[in-house]
This record gives sequence, C-alpha cells and structure tokens, in this order.
Amino acid sequence: MASQPTKWALGNQAPARGSSQGLRTPANGKTIYNRPLNRSRTQELSQASFAYLFGEMVSYAQRRVTDIQDLEKRLNNQGHPIGLKLLDLLLYREPPRSQLRPLNIIALLQFITTVLWKHLFARPADALEKSSNPETPDEYMITDNEPLVNQYISVPKGMDQLNCAAFVAGVIEGACDGAGFAARVTAHSMGTKTEGELWPGKTIFLVKFQPEIVEREQFLGKS
Amino acid sequence: MHFKSLLLLAIQHVTDRVVFALMIINKAGGLIYQHDFAEGLNQLSSNDYLVFAGTFHGVHAITTRLYPLSHQTVATRSSLSNFDRPDPPSGIEVLETESFRLQCFSTLTGTKFLLFTEPQQANIEGILRRVYELYSDYVMKNPFYQSEMPIRCEGFDRRLVAYLRPLNSR
Repeated sequence: MASQPTKWALGNQAPARGSSQGLRTPANGKTIYNRPLNRSRTQELSQASFAYLFGEMVSYAQRRVTDIQDLEKRLNNQGHPIGLKLLDLLLYREPPRSQLRPLNIIALLQFITTVLWKHLFARPADALEKSSNPETPDEYMITDNEPLVNQYISVPKGMDQLNCAAFVAGVIEGACDGAGFAARVTAHSMGTKTEGELWPGKTIFLVKFQPEIVEREQFLGKS
Repeated sequence: MHFKSLLLLAIQHVTDRVVFALMIINKAGGLIYQHDFAEGLNQLSSNDYLVFAGTFHGVHAITTRLYPLSHQTVATRSSLSNFDRPDPPSGIEVLETESFRLQCFSTLTGTKFLLFTEPQQANIEGILRRVYELYSDYVMKNPFYQSEMPIRCEGFDRRLVAYLRPLNSR
C-alpha cells in the first residue's frame, strides 16, 4: 500500500518527460523520422548554418590531433557514415526501374557525381576522369571546382596540405563501401598549381579502389 | 581643346571616387586588419598603424560618452519593453580632411571598420555594409580564425579586393 503513491508519481512523470521540449524533439513532436522519405523537393538548408556547423566540426576534429593526415582522417571518418546512409536513401528515391545498386565502377561513380552530388550540393560534379597512368588503373578522379564545404574556409599558411573537403571524400568513401566497392578517397587542392586563379578552391577527389575490386571488375568485364 | 577638357573631367571623375584603405579594429582597440586598395595615402610603419588604431579606439570610446541625450531617452523610455531599446551612443562616425574621409562603422559587438576614401566617394555606408558582410562570411565562418586575433584569411582578402577594385577603376 505504501508503494502506491510513489507509483502514481512515477506514472505522472513519465508522460511529462516524454513530451518535454528540447533540442531533440521539436514543439509539434514530429522529428525527422516522422517525415516521408520521398519528400525531397523543398528540402533546402541554410548555407550559413551549415558553415557554422562545419566550422565547429573542423575545430572539433582539430583537437588532440598530431598532424594534418590525422586531421583529414578524422574529417573523413565524420563523412563516412553519411555516405553509407545516403547511398540507400538516394537509391530508394530513384524511379523504381533504376533502383538497382550500381554494379560496376563507372555506374557507381556516375551515380555519385550526379545523383549524390546534386542531393548534397544542388549541382553535379565538374568532372569525372579515369587515371591516365597505366600503372594505376584503380584510380579515378572527381573534380569539384568550388566545394561547398570549403566556401568560407581559408586554410592558414602553415597547413597548406590540408583540404577540409576530406569530409566530402569520406562521404564518397562511405557510398563506395556501401555499394560493395571498397575504396580509399582523399581530397587534394589543385587550385594553385594548375590553371591558377580561375578556380582557387579547385579540389580533386582521388578514388583509389582496392586491388580485389579492380580484379573483380576485369573478370566481370570479360564474361 | 574641348576634347582635352573632357578627358580631364574624366580623369577627375575617376580620381574622385577612390577607396584607399580598410582597417579593422577589435573591441579591445587592437588593429587586426589593414589593407591598402589604391595609391594616395602615405604608408605608415606598422607600429604607427597600431598606435593609430589604439588612439582612435580611445577617442571613439570617449565620444560615445560625450553626448548626453541618449541617456535621457533611456530614462523616458524605461516603461517600454526591452525590445525597442534605443541604439547605443554612436561615437565618432566621420572624420574628414582635405584629401580623404574616414568613415567608421562600429558593429554591435564593438568591432570597428574604418574606411579611408576620397571625400567625394558616394555610397560609403553601402560599401561598409558589404565589407561587414564579407567579414562575417569569410572571417567569422572560418574555423581557423581565432576571434580578436589578426585576420589572415586568404578568402577574405580575395573577395575584398574583387569587390573594391572595380569600384576604384570605375
């Protein structure tokens, strides 16, 4: 009998806690998970708020980091799960007959440079090339003349090697891994070396597939 | 003769509208940015620029306390809600000399933008607003910038020059 009032108290508290408003649950109780997956037309976000968020992500990744490779690796890791999930989501949103997972390297990379790029940055990537070097047939290059994530970022003098688009490289890597094409993707700044001033932020994403993937591709191509 | 005078007029017109330089002073009175966009002002030593910034900051701070009216308005308006609080006293906004005009724009956080122009330069407020926009985009959104420290952002420099060069050559 003595425990009865406390039970009531708990029972009263539970719904109050559930409906408490905070950062995680908006006032109308509808989170991102309540929305239909296919509604994509009007999903535009503020670039300023993304810039602040991304700035904090870079500062966060910079803590307790020893060198630039380490920092890029961390940014890459932040992007990886996004790519993994985006692959599923974007394939689901494709019209039913093209919902198939990309089955070869070219189809996958084209999916990334068009569908994925348009979803993230509202425009396709600027170029997709295969490495012309016969020694590295496993390398592909995706070019973005002005990566959206780097728009407001000026890398300080001492960190010339750093390109914060390593985050986008992580997204690409996640999409490749999710499709069953294990790869390493790195971001490289090319603005200052080639073509000079026209696109100072020009970035090349170097996609290097694992040897077994290239082998499989060659085997499948023959049959 | 007529053509010559026209040409002279044109040159006059061009030299009348020049943005010489921009300085940014942080809220502690330190110079965090100084950039020249056109010939016309003498170069000072970097130490003198720092002294200038500190002095201007001090004079600005005192002039905000000179004008008594804004305190009266605070007293009469105290019954109103917090939302229509009057603007803080502004302090020095313009300094004019024979050869240049210094316009000061103070943000709500106390950062000051000083623009040195020809006295006849039009739309200075618009230029300063645009400079402030560039500052808030390319300096404040840059994760590698520590606030109140000297500004070394290549993207900010590039956009600033791209915006002010066409104004000077018009």
